[in-house]
Amino acid sequence: MAEPILEMKDINVYYGAIHALKGISLTVNPGEVVTLIGANGAGKTTTLATICGLMRSKTGSLRYAGEDIANAATHRLVAKGLVMAPEGRGIFPNLTVEENLLLGAYARADKEGIQKDLRHGYEIFPRLAERKKQRGGTLSGGEQQMLAIARSLMSRPKLLLLDEPSLGLAPLIVQTIFETVDTVNKEGVTILLVEQNARIALKHSNRAYVIESGEISTEGNSADLLTDPRVKAAYLGEG
Amino acid sequence: MLPLLETEAPGITAELILQQVANGVAKGSVYALIAVGYTMVYGVLQLINFAHGEVYMLGAYFSYYPAKWFGYVPETGEKPKVPLYLIGALFVGSMAACAAVGMLIERLAYRPLRNSSRLAALITAIGVSLFLQNAGQMVFGADPKGFPVFMDQESVPLGPIELANTKLVIIVVAAIMMTGLHLFVQRTKPGAAMRACSFDMRTARLMGVNVDRTVAMTFALGSAMAAVGGVLVAMDQPRLTPLMGLMMGLKAFIAAVLGGIGSIPGAALGGLVLGVAESVVGTWSTTYAEAVAFIVLILVLLVKPSGLLGKSGREKV
Repeated sequence: MAEPILEMKDINVYYGAIHALKGISLTVNPGEVVTLIGANGAGKTTTLATICGLMRSKTGSLRYAGEDIANAATHRLVAKGLVMAPEGRGIFPNLTVEENLLLGAYARADKEGIQKDLRHGYEIFPRLAERKKQRGGTLSGGEQQMLAIARSLMSRPKLLLLDEPSLGLAPLIVQTIFETVDTVNKEGVTILLVEQNARIALKHSNRAYVIESGEISTEGNSADLLTDPRVKAAYLGEG
Repeated sequence: MLPLLETEAPGITAELILQQVANGVAKGSVYALIAVGYTMVYGVLQLINFAHGEVYMLGAYFSYYPAKWFGYVPETGEKPKVPLYLIGALFVGSMAACAAVGMLIERLAYRPLRNSSRLAALITAIGVSLFLQNAGQMVFGADPKGFPVFMDQESVPLGPIELANTKLVIIVVAAIMMTGLHLFVQRTKPGAAMRACSFDMRTARLMGVNVDRTVAMTFALGSAMAAVGGVLVAMDQPRLTPLMGLMMGLKAFIAAVLGGIGSIPGAALGGLVLGVAESVVGTWSTTYAEAVAFIVLILVLLVKPSGLLGKSGREKV
């Protein structure tokens, strides 16, 4: 198998005295959709924040595309294709949809490529094309989530971190969002997906990690975890 | 009627009021130039940079020393003609020097406190302000300095009123600078980074914005605008002291609050309104004119704390 695009080994992160991540190790291979599922406060968002340089680990190693990124600045990682669409979407409410999208391309300088990707983004998300002159704050929750994903794509990610894309959305919209996750992945973007909605996350991913109180408790193929009795009981509301 | 008002103002006519409005626009233009520095820094960091008035003072002094080479002092009678490009160079030099000072202040005083409480940063800002006032007295001397003259003050007739040519220069230059700044922030990529940081610094970082560099640029821009104000005022009222930034800084801060702190057009509007209000009140009593700014501040905070153009409840994650 090819070299992993992301490799976390023995990551420990603290918020003051609180030990939030206790020796997390996980791997993402090129082309995969990997999901990290777990309850509220288990450490999912902290894991993503650590990967993209917003939080620092006290131990272990963090490698992206063969490079040590344990101390890399967030904006440099974005330029290297490691991009996160944040939880709560982080839409700039007073900027138009198009301005939001162009900010996603902030780290790039190739004007023509940006315009091309902008058009492509509108193809994937026709709703955004209809609303391109509208202010971000006036969009519905689902549209904002589409905008957040489309905006991340504008920075040409190689590895896209998605933090709770289903949060606060109606089931039908969640379905649409995850279909676009599939589309984006088919176009060659590797995805690390954090979700509380375990069922849909497992259905739309290749492999999964379960995180509990800052530790990885289970890992495996998503299809297997969907039928795993413990996972079913704890996260799928069955059994 | 207060007796004070009667004795000081014998014949108040419509022309006189109009004249005072024109003078107020000039005064307000300077407030506006300095107010944008407060408003931009607040917009990005939620910090009131109380040292900003001192940057304005430094702007005046930074132009004073080179100006001595090619301006002239009226008493000597010599009148070398100063070419326009030298005056331009004076402005640019002072802007560059102040931009460097602004970035230095941010780097040394505020950046180490970026993640501490806002109160800590605010107290530091007051400390930097006091430091610069006193360092100014040490380095430049406490005595007022007479700024060399570039153009003799003349009155330019404008319909029923007339305005000093230096004040016209203030209005024109300030208007150009403010428009330029507005376009920079709204139309360019670094401007977009600034706006992104002011909405949500964390997300801006995730978009690939270099936040540290953007904050430094915000300080540089605001300081350069204050430098323009400093040079303009020095040309109009050629008397520099190391404490000249204190009152100017306070009033520009009030102008920023009046216009809605965080908003650049608001700072422009707030500056103009404050300048005109002071000037018009000054028609009756120059004593009370100085109090106008503070009455305005109290009224704004009581009635509309978000200011004239400010948005209440800005999204802050």
